[in-house]
Amino acid sequence: MIEVRDVTKSFGTQQVLRGVSLDIRRGEAVVIIGRSGGGKSILLKHLIGLLQPDSGIVRVDGDDITAMNERSLLRVRRKYGMLFQMAALFDSLTVEENVGFVLRRQGLESETEIRRRIDEALDMVELPGIGHKMPSELSGGMRKRVGLARAIVYRPEIVLYDEPTTGLDPIAADNIDRLIRRVWETLHVTSIAVTHDMKSARTISNRILMLHEGRIYSEGPTSEILESTDPVIYRFVNGISTPQKSQ
Amino acid sequence: MESIGSFRHQRPSWKDFLYQLQFIGVKSQSVVITTGAATGMVLCAQTFLQFHKVKMDTATGAVVSIGMSSELGPVLAALMLTGRVGASMTAELGTMKVTEQIDALRTLAAHPVDTLVVPRFLALLASAPLLTAESVVVGIVSSWWVGVNLLGIDSAYYLVNMTRYTDPPDVLTGLIKSLVFGAIIAVVSCHKGLTCQGGAEGVGKATTEAVVVASISILIVNFFLTLFLSRLFYS
Repeated sequence: MIEVRDVTKSFGTQQVLRGVSLDIRRGEAVVIIGRSGGGKSILLKHLIGLLQPDSGIVRVDGDDITAMNERSLLRVRRKYGMLFQMAALFDSLTVEENVGFVLRRQGLESETEIRRRIDEALDMVELPGIGHKMPSELSGGMRKRVGLARAIVYRPEIVLYDEPTTGLDPIAADNIDRLIRRVWETLHVTSIAVTHDMKSARTISNRILMLHEGRIYSEGPTSEILESTDPVIYRFVNGISTPQKSQ
Repeated sequence: MESIGSFRHQRPSWKDFLYQLQFIGVKSQSVVITTGAATGMVLCAQTFLQFHKVKMDTATGAVVSIGMSSELGPVLAALMLTGRVGASMTAELGTMKVTEQIDALRTLAAHPVDTLVVPRFLALLASAPLLTAESVVVGIVSSWWVGVNLLGIDSAYYLVNMTRYTDPPDVLTGLIKSLVFGAIIAVVSCHKGLTCQGGAEGVGKATTEAVVVASISILIVNFFLTLFLSRLFYS
């Protein structure tokens, strides 16, 4: 479904991606892990064409999106929903208007049907009856859940999550993880998340890719990566800042 | 160019357009009315003081009318709109950029130019000439009041000379200029907002740059428009 080949990306003199290659198949739940500032979010934005690589190719269902202009990309992006790190809700619109943004913009359905789908999406993220509120009236966890409702209301094939649990307390984070898992299971989407939260990675993925020094260092089933004895993966997964000296 | 190209791809949203028209047009009235009134009164007083020396008191109305219609009205209204509307547009779009709301729009298959720039561009094109006309009319009426009531100019002579020497091309010149200035404010402000980098500091910097670039552009373009339009209408 998504193929990435030898993608490089630099900002000024800093090379963030140094030849990333990966494949994501339809229906997978993939998590990309790696250190903060290691380029995970940059890589995620390449998958949806928000950023263009300096070199390399990103194919979505066979279409090379690196060769597309912004208008052509709009067609490809209809396959995607994305939850941003800080939710990125439109702060001048109510929750209801945020969630229904795409449906109203497409104008393909009646207002009654649009309202039904908005209510359905808000129910799915366990926030019924808050459609009239403004984003500024919501807590961080609620904002993320509204962001998730906005990302899934038009039934995309692929949902991207950029650090979905960052900045949330453990209970709110667990709530988001459960919702991500439920969206994957009930809507049968391809789920791609970037995170450095190992508890979250365990809950929401069936495959993990580790980004290290600008490349995919390792990939495999979730349990295999989380229990790996490879020093780089082990130190990251267990949060060890320096290599342990052998006894 | 992207704004113009946008019309081929997406019909502008009337709701967004009317919202911007209300923000730009209706809410800017107090600013342009005050500017027009102050300019008209000062211009009347200064012109009168000079013309009085050569016994041309009654020509004051004509000078104020032509000056306000073709030069001061459109330029000062545009500069005030740059400060009130342009700065606000850049700050709003810049904040949306740094909080990833623009990226969110793009992921929702909405082109930022179609959604954010076009309604603002059209609203400014519609508002700028109307606000300029309002400013000019208020300026002329204010100058008449000052001239007649404070400076002692005969009202009939004031009005006759004003209408005799103010030609339709003078008014048309001001309206054409205001249309161009509206486009400059929209393009510069939206461009600076959408290309804003960094956090709060970046938004502040982009806003300052938008006001400076738009103001300087208006002053420079005004000179060339004056030459071009005077040649067009009077040659």
